Amino acid sequence: MQRSSPPSSDPSAAKAGPRGPVLELRDLVTRFPGDDGPLSIVDGVSLSVASGETLAVVGESGSGKTMTFLSAIGLIPPPGRVTSGQVLLEGTDLLTHTPEQLRAVRGERISMVFQDPLTGLNPVFTIGEQIVEVLRAHRKLSRAEARKKAIELLERVQIPDPGRRVDDYPHQLSGGMRQRVLIAMAISLDPSVLIADEPTTALDVTVQAQVLELLAELREESGMAMVLITHDLGLVARHADRVAVMYAGRVVEQGSAKAVFEQTAHPYTLSLFRGVPSLDTDTAQDLIEIEGQPPDPAFLPPGCAFEPRCFLGQGRASCQATRPGLQPTLGTEHQTACLHSAELTATRARA
Amino acid sequence: MNADLRSTGEHETLLQADDLSKVFGGRGLLFRRSRPEVRAVDKVSFSVRRGETLGIVGETGSGKSTLGRLLIRLLDPSAGRIVFDGRDITGLAQGRMRKLRHEMQMVFQDPYGSLDPRMKVGAIVAEPMLVHGAERSGIARRTAEILEWVGLSPAMAERYPHEFSGGQRQRIGIARAMALDPKLLILDEPVSALDVSIQAQILNLLRDLQRQSGVTYIFIAHDLAVVRHISERVAVMYLGKIVETAPRERLYAAPRHPYSASLLSAVPLPNLRAERQRKRIALYGEIGSATALPGGCRFHPRCFKARLVAAAGGVATTALSKDVVVPSRCTDSEPPLADDGNGHFAACHFPLDPNGAEARDSAPFAAGQSRRHS
Repeated sequence: MQRSSPPSSDPSAAKAGPRGPVLELRDLVTRFPGDDGPLSIVDGVSLSVASGETLAVVGESGSGKTMTFLSAIGLIPPPGRVTSGQVLLEGTDLLTHTPEQLRAVRGERISMVFQDPLTGLNPVFTIGEQIVEVLRAHRKLSRAEARKKAIELLERVQIPDPGRRVDDYPHQLSGGMRQRVLIAMAISLDPSVLIADEPTTALDVTVQAQVLELLAELREESGMAMVLITHDLGLVARHADRVAVMYAGRVVEQGSAKAVFEQTAHPYTLSLFRGVPSLDTDTAQDLIEIEGQPPDPAFLPPGCAFEPRCFLGQGRASCQATRPGLQPTLGTEHQTACLHSAELTATRARA
Repeated sequence: MNADLRSTGEHETLLQADDLSKVFGGRGLLFRRSRPEVRAVDKVSFSVRRGETLGIVGETGSGKSTLGRLLIRLLDPSAGRIVFDGRDITGLAQGRMRKLRHEMQMVFQDPYGSLDPRMKVGAIVAEPMLVHGAERSGIARRTAEILEWVGLSPAMAERYPHEFSGGQRQRIGIARAMALDPKLLILDEPVSALDVSIQAQILNLLRDLQRQSGVTYIFIAHDLAVVRHISERVAVMYLGKIVETAPRERLYAAPRHPYSASLLSAVPLPNLRAERQRKRIALYGEIGSATALPGGCRFHPRCFKARLVAAAGGVATTALSKDVVVPSRCTDSEPPLADDGNGHFAACHFPLDPNGAEARDSAPFAAGQSRRHS
């Protein structure tokens, strides 16, 4: 259930963790100007994540998953603009912050790791200099103290021989090592929330596993909340406590990992599960396709955005009439934005 | 010393590579500067049967893409031999090679970069037919047919590539490659740039085209699940070498090379219960560099099996560092790609047992692995 009252007084929040949600987005809307009026790239997204918890946000390109969190931390690229909603970080609304206040919050209390480890690092400075810069921008530390802390951080992200590596330039490191450096920078100020946006998509599978295990360890040690933005359902299965599935700028299903995987309540989620080859799928069968392609935000249908591609709702008047909002399914913690989710039980049984 | 993977008997070989190598760098011709030598592909031998799909998997730096480009002669091999359809094409001049390209085509990962943005889709698909001297009158009809075949409407021939989505662009790339009814299609990461919901469409299309035309595929990718879905046989590459090759079921159920086993265990399954019960085999460090190949077996610095064999005793050992000891055979001699008698080849001195139990039960668990990378 989306929390509608402040986290401190909400009983359902208490269940999520001892301190309730650390980060909570409420009805977030981000618009970009389009040819025929503004387009809602993020369209009323409500999500929350508690300390020590991993929330996986799943979606394809254009689903709004990255834009949602860029909006939340005030990094939405112009001409995009957050037009309504709240972003509560430990109870305070970041959307009321000035740019200076936001800068102070980023890194300090909430930080983000991106997909491409090369663009996040400046090629002309050593990795040590870059970590020192982050530390000294937020903390009163001497250069020597900051360098010592930088070496400790490199050690924490399991970079071998950190005392020597600290003087390396980014190009001297492998992709996996560069991503570790970015993670070191992201956790250098002990943030309460770490947002990892496709952190391992550019990495090989063996390195990917190592980097994600590192993130899981850091989360356990520090108790920070983690948001894992990904398209890889295998990673979601391995790492997520809760899952939110996004499509066309909205959350279409969310709940515990167990509920979303085992009692899937949205046809889009189910189609993703069935259409992705895995190491245990039956190779004699063709994959079950999702027809068509993700919608263009400028041409969203008036009804459910997934209706034109949906095996359940395609052509159904009820689906074409209005865009359904998130509704609880069996438990209040598991929600779906599908009018006909009850029919999925039968589909699942056949699958 | 290289195992010979020539097919025997009933199936006919379409393409065969013998000891194929590609070395980049070395002494520069112009300024005589010496750059480090990169052995991107190092004495690789295999064959592909008519009508089958051979999957080639490997991580960055494994040489799999270089291998694909060598096979179709977009790169010239440094050594070795390529036989295509009974004919040695290794030394074929580029002009004669171009004529042969209607029989072997390539589809690339990036459907944006590989289509000329100034050409209409119809012209893109028709171009290979024009180049190979097809009759103009037939081309328009054939273009429409092919577009329809790959799931695009013939009316789309009048549009430009930028008007299409990534998945549609990949269909155009496939249409162009199939225009001359090739015998072999080399597909280099054809779905890795696509959204997950589009990948299934393209994989199904490829299978469908093969069922209808009998075209042979070499499918190169890093995604083990995708390769498993489309390939009958799979070859695993590591630092320029094929380290294992086997029929799909055997490779995935009972990998015999420790690298293949580690790689497979690292792939997360999109299934909550199965995934959380699974263990990931420890893999030490990161893929090495082809400029400084380890001696002996090139996988030995990262291999869990070598450590286990050395620890069990009874073999001569070599210490790599204070706490890493491996059998001396692994550091001293390069294991040949050897057949186990059932078409399952592995290049390992101490291959995993053939029933898969060893990879499942005795391999070390990654979560408990040392925090230091050895």
